[in-house]
Amino acid sequence: MLETKANPNISKSTGLPRKRFYRARAHSNPLSDSHFPVPISPSHVDYSLHYPHFFPSSDQSDSSKKIQFADIGCGFGGLLISLSTLFPETLMIGMELRDKVTEYVKERILALRVANPGQNQNISVTRTNSMKYIPNYFEKGQLSKMFFLFPDPHFKEKNHRRRVISTHLLDEYAYALGVGGIIYTITDVEELGEWMKACLESHPMFEALTEKELEADPVVELLSSATEEGQKVARNGGQTFRAVYRRVTPPL
Amino acid sequence: MKFSNFSNRSSEKRVTAVALSNDGLHVCFADKFGVVWVVDLDSVDSNQALVNKKAAQMLAHYCSIITSLEFSPDGRFIVSADRDFKIRVTVFPKKPLDGAHEIQSFCLGHTEFVSCLAFVSTSEYPQGFLVSGSGDSTVRLWNISSGSLLDTCEVEMKAGLLESNRRGEDCNSAITDLCTIPDCTMIAVAIQSLQGIVLLSCDLSARTLSIAKVVSIMGETFIPTSSRASFSAGLLWMVSGVSNLRGFDHHSLARVRVISGFNKSNLDPQEFEPIVLEDNEIPGGYKLLEKLQGSVVVEEKVFLAAAEAVKTAMSNLLVKKQYSVEKREFRKRTRNDRKTKQ
Ligand SMILES: C[S@@+](CC[C@H](N)C(=O)[O-])C[C@H]1O[C@@H](n2cnc3c(N)ncnc32)[C@H](O)[C@@H]1O
Repeated sequence: MLETKANPNISKSTGLPRKRFYRARAHSNPLSDSHFPVPISPSHVDYSLHYPHFFPSSDQSDSSKKIQFADIGCGFGGLLISLSTLFPETLMIGMELRDKVTEYVKERILALRVANPGQNQNISVTRTNSMKYIPNYFEKGQLSKMFFLFPDPHFKEKNHRRRVISTHLLDEYAYALGVGGIIYTITDVEELGEWMKACLESHPMFEALTEKELEADPVVELLSSATEEGQKVARNGGQTFRAVYRRVTPPL
Repeated sequence: MKFSNFSNRSSEKRVTAVALSNDGLHVCFADKFGVVWVVDLDSVDSNQALVNKKAAQMLAHYCSIITSLEFSPDGRFIVSADRDFKIRVTVFPKKPLDGAHEIQSFCLGHTEFVSCLAFVSTSEYPQGFLVSGSGDSTVRLWNISSGSLLDTCEVEMKAGLLESNRRGEDCNSAITDLCTIPDCTMIAVAIQSLQGIVLLSCDLSARTLSIAKVVSIMGETFIPTSSRASFSAGLLWMVSGVSNLRGFDHHSLARVRVISGFNKSNLDPQEFEPIVLEDNEIPGGYKLLEKLQGSVVVEEKVFLAAAEAVKTAMSNLLVKKQYSVEKREFRKRTRNDRKTKQ
């Protein structure tokens, strides 16, 4: 998956991939079927390709380490890179629908690994439609954090079912998250912010974090500052709307 | 037996699967967008004119086609299968109208669309085991509480259907239907390309599936598309059906055949001797057949066309098409939802 080779799209001066070679359509339609490989089940995810430092051979049986954080619609990968050093022993993956953007993130991670030996070994990215294939990547209760930062708003009523947060999709996220796991959402679109909050609030398997808990969580401040989209909003002085919820056992 | 239509529900999208809860209080159905709806039958009074009860969304497979819905024998779970190779096991909640949010497991392992589901249960294993059939020509046995795959039976290969029937190189014969025989651990499997039915036996203590018998039906190209066992008489009823046949007098075909011998006493797979009944031997005889099929005689060429039509319809609906890059771009440009925008 992540392979090293001489790449003309990588800037000679910084060693980092140049974004202009990875320009892509602004929005992808998650409903249309694209063709990318999908792991048959979580045990088919090849950890040695994603995290060669932690899994030197493709034989996974020697380690029980599993991916714990998922950044859904990771875009250009800014959040993963910030989290990588904050939680150096935690495996995390970005899931991204656009192939060019995914390629960019791959190159970016590889370049960082070369530039900072021993670092950024715990992050990777995969091209997939998270609305369909989460169960193919993660076992029940495997994740402890899921991120949905600045997702596509899909304003029109008839396109609401394309939104990456919905009651039905929350059922799947609740399955992938262990009890106590946290789902982080943020947007600069007020209407979407209210939508995400309402979906989470009415779901029997999620409960809002208190203000105190939010203050104590070092990840919360990254939500608005770590990603490319977040930085853009901040530059333009835009408002953001956040909803952070914990996975709980449903009441009987 | 008498059925009466005591209530009508309508759905905006085509319905692809239906299941009635074991206590008879809820009916669930899936639409073409992957949403499973539930209707509460509890307060429906069959003698009264109906208050039109509304269906509520209960769960969804995001934008997939749901092919089968089944309740577990103990009624605790509802199982849904889709064209994206996936089987979802959901806790059937106390108040299903508020949604079924708690996913017990996903059963993952099929490498093509999942076409059918059934439960095998006995008095020793009342909670039962799930079996599934797929476009990948296999039948699989699952533990639904963990989602783990217990066994895989390559029906097409093991039943020796490969050489004799394969036309195109890489086309699998899809499993089209599964039917468990009541009170026993045998499963009748309908598979495209077989004139007849494959009987699998399921060893619940060893958790394995194996082929017990291939029952072929001589004399006509009868490839069943669905089958049901009757509880008392030890009979397996099979239907080969298709609608929209082009170029024939009859636009649709239904042919019914019956196999006997499924009596409790002789269900040892070794000794079991199934008999394919002649039309005049089936309960109800020609009269019933005439009612069910529309006519008693069906021409051979109609059978062949029907088998082909079923195959095409199934793969058109459920198999993902592989387009070349150019063709894909073209399809994107001409997509309907784009057109309306302009
Ligand atoms: C507005 S961007 C935000 C990116 C990033 N989280 C950030 O904050 O900069 C939304 C991203 O989600 C991706 N996306 C949309 N639907 C998706 C899906 N179903 N599966 C995976 N990614 C998806 C889009 O391709 C896009 O890159």
